[in-house]
Amino acid sequence: MRQSLKSWLVAAGVLLLGRRRDEKDENARVVAPGPRNPGRELAAVLLFAAAGLCATAFPVIYALDRLPRPTQLLGLSLGLAFAFLAAALIVLAKGVVPEEELEEEYLLPRVHDQEEVAEILEQSTDRITRRRLLGLAAGAAGAAVGVALVTPAVSLGPVFDMSQYYDTPWERGRRLVDEKGKPLLADDIETDVFYTAFAEGADKDAVGSSLIVIRLEPAQLELPAGREGWAPEGILAYSKICTHAGCAVNLYRTPLFDPVEPGPALVCPCHYSTFNPATGGTVEFGPAGRPLPQLPLLIASGGELQAGGNFSAAPGPAWWGVRLRKPT
Amino acid sequence: MIRRAVAFLDERTGTAPILKKALRYVFPDHWSFLLGEVALYAFIVLVATGVYLAFFFVPSTETVVYHGTYAPLQGVEMSKAYESVVNISLQVKAGLLLRQTHHWAANVFIAAIVIHMLRIFFTGAYRKPRELTYYIGLTMLILALLEGYLGYSLADDLLSGMGLAIGYSVALSLPFVGANVAMLIWNGEFPGAPDFWPRMYMAHILLLPVAIGVLIGIHLLLVASRHHTQFRGPRRTERKVVGTPTFPGQTPKSLGLMFGTTSLLFLLGGLVQINPIWLWGPYETYLSTNGAQPDWYLGWLIGGLRLMPPWEPSAFGYTFVPNPFWGGAAFPLLVFGTLALWPSIERRVTGDRGFHNLLDRPRDAPWRTAFGSALVTWVFLIFVAGSADRVDVFFGLSYVNQIYAYWVVIWILPVVVFALVYRACRQLQTKELLESDHRRAEIEARAARTAT
Repeated sequence: MRQSLKSWLVAAGVLLLGRRRDEKDENARVVAPGPRNPGRELAAVLLFAAAGLCATAFPVIYALDRLPRPTQLLGLSLGLAFAFLAAALIVLAKGVVPEEELEEEYLLPRVHDQEEVAEILEQSTDRITRRRLLGLAAGAAGAAVGVALVTPAVSLGPVFDMSQYYDTPWERGRRLVDEKGKPLLADDIETDVFYTAFAEGADKDAVGSSLIVIRLEPAQLELPAGREGWAPEGILAYSKICTHAGCAVNLYRTPLFDPVEPGPALVCPCHYSTFNPATGGTVEFGPAGRPLPQLPLLIASGGELQAGGNFSAAPGPAWWGVRLRKPT
Repeated sequence: MIRRAVAFLDERTGTAPILKKALRYVFPDHWSFLLGEVALYAFIVLVATGVYLAFFFVPSTETVVYHGTYAPLQGVEMSKAYESVVNISLQVKAGLLLRQTHHWAANVFIAAIVIHMLRIFFTGAYRKPRELTYYIGLTMLILALLEGYLGYSLADDLLSGMGLAIGYSVALSLPFVGANVAMLIWNGEFPGAPDFWPRMYMAHILLLPVAIGVLIGIHLLLVASRHHTQFRGPRRTERKVVGTPTFPGQTPKSLGLMFGTTSLLFLLGGLVQINPIWLWGPYETYLSTNGAQPDWYLGWLIGGLRLMPPWEPSAFGYTFVPNPFWGGAAFPLLVFGTLALWPSIERRVTGDRGFHNLLDRPRDAPWRTAFGSALVTWVFLIFVAGSADRVDVFFGLSYVNQIYAYWVVIWILPVVVFALVYRACRQLQTKELLESDHRRAEIEARAARTAT
């Protein structure tokens, strides 16, 4: 019993620690022989062990609740495990694995095969008499089948119905409300502050719903012709969605610093399109190609702000028909 | 044991001859030939981490009220998509590590592709017989940009929502068809119908990764069938490739690189925070924030959009080119179009239709190197222009003045770079010629001296 245990132990030891001796004839080899490098092998073994250790830490960290900074520890354990693996393989690559330099021919064009393929193709079809007609018929059929196969993709959306782009919830008398649905009062609108408002009862996320509301001195205003009475007491409302790329206009340049900032401006933080609220939202700077659409305002008897109609132009980023119609 | 395994495999699959060839396939050695491999390994990490994330992500814009562990968002209305990404980040064990590693891997993936492509361009590796490999690589770069964009858009946080609004505007800006195309993709005006999110998700986890995976396969098959290119060197000719065999020589190196890349990505994912979406809050169309920057690989498009003057040609109420088209679509189309046409342009200009297995050094082709450097300069300047607002904040340079400066610089500097690089290449060539003349003269002189 003890004897067999001993021989097992010896066998295990030899298996683990023993080095393989290759007795084959060195001349008939495919892979070039090289010097043995037990030191490097040992280094690789140690690196593999380190990798194993780091990897083992991962489930341990995972299982231990309430460790501080688990993400960092988990990342370190996996990251280091892979780093040690990489190091082990590089140690093996430099010194343990045979370093050979082989040559191989680049493939040359196989002219004979090319010729044969061409012949097969040509000779298989050379009995056809009405080549062009046949090609035309097959092409037409193919195109028709292709169109049929992509037709269901039209169900993805109302591809020819552009009415949504002109739709807004605004109409004369619609109240302006804040994010919580509370009506905006004219008296609460201060200068040097901007307010975000929505059409009462409408989806706040709809492009046509959100507004940016500010108050300027009535004397400052130079609104375009036809917008008389759109800004009662100097209170102005513009679409909040930038006419350039659809981001929310969320910067209000005021109070002013005269040397560099000549007038109040509404600015979009995405590409810095800059609109002048005093002149009807005209573009002062930046890539926007259209003014910010203005919403006419009314002050109702209770002091509530209401729309006096719809926007001066369709809100939102430009498309081919954005200037064709007024919003409805 | 090995013999039996090989016999088993060969007798059932007949692969021994192919295996023999594959094991002894020759890899020419140069560090720059490993860049594509880094991209491949980053892709593997992306797929692996992405599968984990997909188990927890909910691609839905349905509104919920947050009641998770993160106090600042308690009671906030948000989409299920955003809620699930907050939960992956803050509640799912190891979730943040996987999410951050996934995001870092995307950044490294595209960086590796871009640098790999620069190497291919400046060494003329795209020339016959490897044009197809090049076109496929370029296609993968474009798909990877789209894939990355969709990936960070899915989170539905404030920043990604702003990015989607811009993407929507670029789609909308396509001349003549934009509004119709956007209707198809979003199924309605922005922010779109509820089915938009599953569509985006399906494209991100199925369509695009499968397309990239298939193209990687073809790319590698083509590389293997035409063999690697190599730089000039002893015994290396247009007919003969010299290098290390796949096995044993190249295998531990490549595996080492794979583990090294993976290690880097997990270390970044664990130690370097990226896109902490719980800080940004959920997106609504009426919200935005200052100082928003996209992932680096879309920075050039932000720059293009910002630099564009407010041109929007329209007549009779019809808008021909909405402004975002210039920077968001025409600019990348021009860059990718130039890159796609370059091999044929070069063939036509130089009249060179021969096989090229030996690589050029950049100096060997001054025109190409100068043109490539000018193109890179142009795109890079526009990329830098995309962060002009940050420069304003950090260095106090007026944003407006910076934009005016860029309007001049982006046209002048590429020309200057072209001229300088061309001259440098020519001078390096001349210097080499002189040196080799000098060496030959010395040898002759020495020979003459010993003869006398």
